[in-house]
Amino acid sequence: MTQLSPNSSSGEERTEPTDGFAIDTTRRTTREALGDYVARLRGGQLGALPALLGLLTLFVVFTVLSDRFLTLGNLANLLGQGAGIVVIAMGLVFVLLLGDIDLSAGTASGVAASVLALHLVNNGNLLGAMGTAVFLLFCGAIVLAVVLALMARLWIGAGLATLGLLLVVLGVPANPWLEILLAVCVGTAIGCLTGFLVARVGIPAFVVTLALFLAWGGVVLQFVGVGGTLGLRDDVLFAVANGSLPVWGSWLFALVAVLGYVALGWGRHLRQVRAGVVTAPTPLVLGKLGAVVLLALVGTWLLTLNRSPNDQTVIAGVPYVVPIVLVLLVLGTLVLDRTRYGRHIYAVGGNREAARRAGIDVVKIRMSVFVVCSTVAAIGAVIYSSKVGSVDPQAGGGNTLLFAVGAAVIGGTSLFGGRGRLRDAVIGGTVIATIDNGLGLLGQPAAVVSIVTGVVLLLAASVDAVSRRRAAAVGR
Amino acid sequence: MNDQRAGSPADPTEPVRPVLRLSGVNKSFGPVHVLHDVDLAVRPGEVTALVGDNGAGKSTLVKCIAGIHPVDGGSIHFDGEPVRITSPKDAADLGIEVVYQDLALADNLDIVQNMFLGRERTRGGLLDETDMERAARDTLASLSVRTVASVRTPVSALSGGQRQTVAIAKAVLWNSRVVLLDEPTAALGVAQTRQVLDLVRRLAERGLGVVLISHNMNDVFEVADRIATLYLGRLVAELPTRDTTHAQVVELITAGRSGDLGLPRAENVAL
Ligand SMILES: Nc1ncnc2c1ncn2[C@@H]1O[C@H](COP(=O)(O)OP(=O)(O)OP(=O)(O)O)[C@@H](O)[C@H]1O
Ligand SMILES: [Mg+2]
Repeated sequence: MTQLSPNSSSGEERTEPTDGFAIDTTRRTTREALGDYVARLRGGQLGALPALLGLLTLFVVFTVLSDRFLTLGNLANLLGQGAGIVVIAMGLVFVLLLGDIDLSAGTASGVAASVLALHLVNNGNLLGAMGTAVFLLFCGAIVLAVVLALMARLWIGAGLATLGLLLVVLGVPANPWLEILLAVCVGTAIGCLTGFLVARVGIPAFVVTLALFLAWGGVVLQFVGVGGTLGLRDDVLFAVANGSLPVWGSWLFALVAVLGYVALGWGRHLRQVRAGVVTAPTPLVLGKLGAVVLLALVGTWLLTLNRSPNDQTVIAGVPYVVPIVLVLLVLGTLVLDRTRYGRHIYAVGGNREAARRAGIDVVKIRMSVFVVCSTVAAIGAVIYSSKVGSVDPQAGGGNTLLFAVGAAVIGGTSLFGGRGRLRDAVIGGTVIATIDNGLGLLGQPAAVVSIVTGVVLLLAASVDAVSRRRAAAVGR
Repeated sequence: MNDQRAGSPADPTEPVRPVLRLSGVNKSFGPVHVLHDVDLAVRPGEVTALVGDNGAGKSTLVKCIAGIHPVDGGSIHFDGEPVRITSPKDAADLGIEVVYQDLALADNLDIVQNMFLGRERTRGGLLDETDMERAARDTLASLSVRTVASVRTPVSALSGGQRQTVAIAKAVLWNSRVVLLDEPTAALGVAQTRQVLDLVRRLAERGLGVVLISHNMNDVFEVADRIATLYLGRLVAELPTRDTTHAQVVELITAGRSGDLGLPRAENVAL
């Protein structure tokens, strides 16, 4: 589209230095930028800072209280324990950004996990495993999801759900990679149903997902069987949350990640400077890049040391969950920050009516975030199932969902919509996993873990509320 | 043109063909009948002021044209062609831009992001932030916005007047044919009101059809070529500014008639 600049004919308006946006600064000194940051903090925009400080505190406390906490073996274990929650929380961030909630993400991921396990254990014969009636209902539900996704013109969602249907109906023999794909597709199909009910039918998300939370819990029970447990006896599936890259692979991965990060970050900065648009001061950009690179390299080095508790075996290398979470984080952040779809999510979350007036298809966006949430939750299900090596009737139930919501909120995602980032889920999820892990090492029972996690979540929510009040008070 | 009288906007003797023409538009919210058979013509190169008391239906009319509210009856012609506007996107595709009275900005996004909302520029599938920022800055510079520190300021940090300017700049950014401004100066200071009024004139000089809603008669008489008066949801008069006086317009707004202008006496009594 061409642009109408009402004054572009009168060139003196542009060259006059004090006129219009000529006073608009695109370059600031580092001191000014830091000053702005402090002002933002004072104004109540805390971002991930409280969570990071909390994480630091937890690390110090647990290191002092337990001599086993700050060991390489435990830290690597922590990553595997936290990854499932972190991934589910990342999907939830999409829903939370709209100011909606998906209480069913946990049990929905449980359904994906149980379908995966059933398919694996019965070598692809879901019809036999489920019984004809249940199997037909299951297929019917997926078909319905495909139709709803097509009606909403969610092509990717419809495609994945169709793929899931094919995998189910064709009865392909068990294969770990196909199982993972199947789980993801089942997640997508579930999301299409949730999204339809919330966005198109217009039932409040809280009610829809509370109902589905119960319903999916029942479905998991039906699939797995009361008191039953489906073991995941497969090397690939076991390795997802328990295996590690080889040492050379770890370094290769670290190198690729670090180089890619620096090239993108620095390239972007240079482009902004050249184009004369708003950008952070160069020293700050360099400092941030340097800090991340340093952290990544130190982390890789630590994880490639031998962390085996005995002398007979060697355990070294970056756990697979690190690249999995990182890839999801990078992809998701790219989508949220750099694509129209992501921009529209923030807009709908910030002001639904404004988004509608700007011509954004609010219903479609709302439906799509539930699809994203359930799809990503299914990936989380693969990880947590791999961690314990089996799927039981409790899969995805219990605290899974609330921990995931807690992770996003502790990380700084607002429950009121419009504010939040994917890395919030990673930071918050790490906090929760650390509490769980640390208290476990101290021999505390589950009761204490739940209480402490609850208190931390309450703290995080208060920080959110207080910072909002503060933000309102200073007019931001 | 001087013998132009109320209720005949489609008069064939008119010199300029309207770019946008509403005929017999009706709109109800449930039992509340807000717009009654409204006829309105927006001509290119002219500023049409839309005046009326609080609750007369001005904003509702604007939202009908913008595709926010579907109309219950009547027709809309654009460039002489009948069109159906069922969504904000339809209106934008025709080249109709609106500055809403209840500003439609997303607080959590910055100025650039708001100005391009729904029409983001992309390159290779990713947002082209550089291009958008430049275009936004140029447009804002042309509106002489002096008080904003950066185009990357989130809208939540702006004052009411600054938000208003962003909303107007958003409408100006696009190569539009018709711009509807719903009380754009209500929240502005003296200098910024001046700038907006100048801008309104400039838009008309560029050949756009401009509709300005305002309660300020001085502003209306200064910039408008024609004044259309809504009274309880009826368009009672559409007159060239130079043929009308303040007193007449005020009477039309408050009573729906003035002398032999506006509603016929009998219907007026019936109301
Ligand atoms: N969404 C809605 N639902 C029901 N009634 C509405 C709605 N929007 C407007 N109305 C009613 O329509 C009538 C006209 O409202 P409108 O906002 O168009 O008035 P206006 O002329 O813009 O007034 P003002 O000068 O105060 O802005 C009012 O009586 C109002 O109560
Ligand atoms: Mg109004």
